[in-house]
Amino acid sequence: MSPITRRRLHLFKANRRGFYSLWIFLALFCLSIFAELIANDKPIIMKYKGEFYFPVFSMYTEKTFGGDFETEASYRDNFMIERITADGWMVWPPIRYNYSTINYNTPTPNPSPPSGENLLGTDDQGRDVVARLIYGFRVSVLFGLLLTFFSSIVGVLAGAVQGYFGGWTDLLFQRFIEIWSGLPELFLLIILASIVTPNFWWLLGILLLFTWMSLTHVVRAEFLRARNFDYVKAARALGVSEMRIMVRHVLPNALVSAMTYIPFVMSGGVTALTTLDFLGFGLPPGSASLGELLLQGKSNPQAPWLGFTGFFMIAGMLVLIIFISEAVRDAYDPRKAVK
Amino acid sequence: MPLLNVQNLSLTFTGAYGKMEAVREISFSIAKGELLAIVGESGSGKSLSALSCLGLQPASAAISGNVQFDGKEMIGASEAELRQIRGRRISMVFQEPMTALNPLHTLGKQMAEILDLHQRLTPQATRERILELLEQVGLAHFKDRLDAFPHQLSGGERQRVMIAMAIANRPDLLIADEPTTAVDVTVQARILKLLKELQHSMGMAILLITHDLTIVRRLADRVPVMSKGQIVEQGAVAAIFDHPTHPYTQHLLTSEPKGSPLPAEPNAKPVISCEGLRVYFPIKKGFFKKTVDYVKAVNDVTISVPEGTALGVVGESGSGKTTLGFALLRLIKSTGRIVFVGQDIHTLQTKQLRGLRKQMQVVFQDPYSSLNPRMSIRQIIEEGLMVHFPEKSEDERTLELDTILNDVGLTPDMKDRYPHEFSGGQRQRISIARAMVLRPRFIVLDEPTSALDLSVQAQIIDLLKSLQKKYGLSYMFISHDLRVVKAIAHQIIVMHKGIVVEQGDTAHIFAHPAHEYTRTLINAAFMKD
Repeated sequence: MSPITRRRLHLFKANRRGFYSLWIFLALFCLSIFAELIANDKPIIMKYKGEFYFPVFSMYTEKTFGGDFETEASYRDNFMIERITADGWMVWPPIRYNYSTINYNTPTPNPSPPSGENLLGTDDQGRDVVARLIYGFRVSVLFGLLLTFFSSIVGVLAGAVQGYFGGWTDLLFQRFIEIWSGLPELFLLIILASIVTPNFWWLLGILLLFTWMSLTHVVRAEFLRARNFDYVKAARALGVSEMRIMVRHVLPNALVSAMTYIPFVMSGGVTALTTLDFLGFGLPPGSASLGELLLQGKSNPQAPWLGFTGFFMIAGMLVLIIFISEAVRDAYDPRKAVK
Repeated sequence: MPLLNVQNLSLTFTGAYGKMEAVREISFSIAKGELLAIVGESGSGKSLSALSCLGLQPASAAISGNVQFDGKEMIGASEAELRQIRGRRISMVFQEPMTALNPLHTLGKQMAEILDLHQRLTPQATRERILELLEQVGLAHFKDRLDAFPHQLSGGERQRVMIAMAIANRPDLLIADEPTTAVDVTVQARILKLLKELQHSMGMAILLITHDLTIVRRLADRVPVMSKGQIVEQGAVAAIFDHPTHPYTQHLLTSEPKGSPLPAEPNAKPVISCEGLRVYFPIKKGFFKKTVDYVKAVNDVTISVPEGTALGVVGESGSGKTTLGFALLRLIKSTGRIVFVGQDIHTLQTKQLRGLRKQMQVVFQDPYSSLNPRMSIRQIIEEGLMVHFPEKSEDERTLELDTILNDVGLTPDMKDRYPHEFSGGQRQRISIARAMVLRPRFIVLDEPTSALDLSVQAQIIDLLKSLQKKYGLSYMFISHDLRVVKAIAHQIIVMHKGIVVEQGDTAHIFAHPAHEYTRTLINAAFMKD
């Protein structure tokens, strides 16, 4: 590990708030990755007539367990439970709902308040809020990560092209960005939503059209600056090719500056997805989404658990990301003294 | 009673790596009207000591000892008391005139502010006083400059304005922290002369902080020598220079660049030469960027560097000396003929040039910015080898790396470390190693010693000479420091505003400078009157 990396790690850890935020965030993210094993309407593992079944991972028809239909067995059905437990056993995830499972036995009309069965209550369609929260968190974070990843690649490349070629390329590209960033993103999405049914990838692609610009200016500036660094000149005098100079000497610098922006791109992406879901132009109906939870909270003020849960989840997630970003920024700050 | 009396002053920083004593138990005093020069190399704690006389030391430093100004204790004095003294009784001139003035305010406004703080004058009287001060510091056309902004002034002029501001309230003590390091030699001479005159005419004491021994010898009455936070020796200038007792002082005095260039073959063939070399930068104006005029950075230069010799290029900043060096190596566009070892290279394309690059190299001025901080020493030095000798195996490369590190006075075990672990002098050795590993025939050295301390300068010059002897190298040595050039160059050219005003044998030019400008330069550099 180079001393610079060691110094950065040290500075990152020195920001306790960011450091713990990272761990909390990672723990939550890892848990949500295995959401199917935590909140699901199928048993994880079961034994029926001496054979093992893994309903979470593969589909078994009702007939397998002595039912009548060729469709997938509904394990929450009392009839099925009786049949299976009569000649075997099953291990359930801690929460017996997935994001779309409807609880038909709520004591009150939906949305029903928190109870032993539904820890945070159900939404207005009788779906378990905890399960939706776990799946919704996963979608948001994955969306944020993917958006950040792709917009970093596009942004760094675009910035590099501008800074490297300079002159007219730079001038025209910058004017293009100015016009492009003036496009009303939300309206465009609303129009598109009326043409196609947006799914995860559609939304990612459309948001990517606008988020890549957040990194270009930093990278462009770094490239322009680095062109005149003494060590770049020295490399040129050594006869190193321009391409190699850019990759070896200029790009690493540009990436460091870009690094400090990347977490903010991520929180921007998460917020954008939530906004779209809230407005109803986001993920297809029925999918787990935090924005949709907020919308339900707004439409059902008599059920405060919806609004509060959505709010605290999103606020908590964004706060974690921002704290981590701050620590990353500290880590890459050359003026920060090592204490 | 001395005006300023410093007793056992210590400054300690506490950091992650333990305590760092930046200044250790120093004592010195300045009498009224005296010029005291603290001399020392970078990091010796000289600026820090001066700042703490004004209570301006960094907040993280723990301070102990006594600083008495005119019988009043400065350490532990309240901010309000200190403010009464700062700017009125003790004032300061900083090193960097480019950043010491606020770029958004006019000179008149900035100077009026200083006067308003400590004196109550009517606007008319303020204006008169400002004009009087600007006249005193010799600012040209001072009557029309009150509404000028700092960027409209040259570096030397800004430093004059800084001095005018510093003496505005007729201080008893002026602290000048390397006041001439950032300006050209001819300007330096004038600024120092001005300070000396002010000292006499105003009866003002001056605390001058410098690393330049020539300045000390010419100007100072007494001198404390600082090294590693301690005053190792102090006394009258003549006594210190004639009979230095402390080993560090002796070392410092002997490290002033001296000696003469290596003996050279009388009829050596030129390794590189150029005829009518021009580098013009267009000045573009208007919406369509029409070229209206040119900045003639290098104008019709004809030179030739014989094999095994060094050509010194001297001139002030902006004279085009660096541009000339880069143009010769075809690193910037130029017109004219360049011949390298019998081959015309001004017509070659970038790709054809690449093969020749290993024979002509460059070493830069600032060893801090010329090494990529993200690469290890091995990667830095190997880069050229990988481009020009891709067929060499890793073992062969390592062998060459070790040889070259030994050649430049470093050890092979340093090759896996990173630039920030090295001092300025060591970094400059790494830069030289990077150029040398390709076994070039010609190296452009662009102010290779300017960013280094005096004692390190001498070592680098010695290293360059020994490499020249060992490998028969030819140098183009670009410098503003005539003392250094004298020690290494066989021939020199003097550049002024892009034109070569004089060229010839070094010894001859130093003894009989023909051109007026050369004489000014030499007088300024050696501080003759």
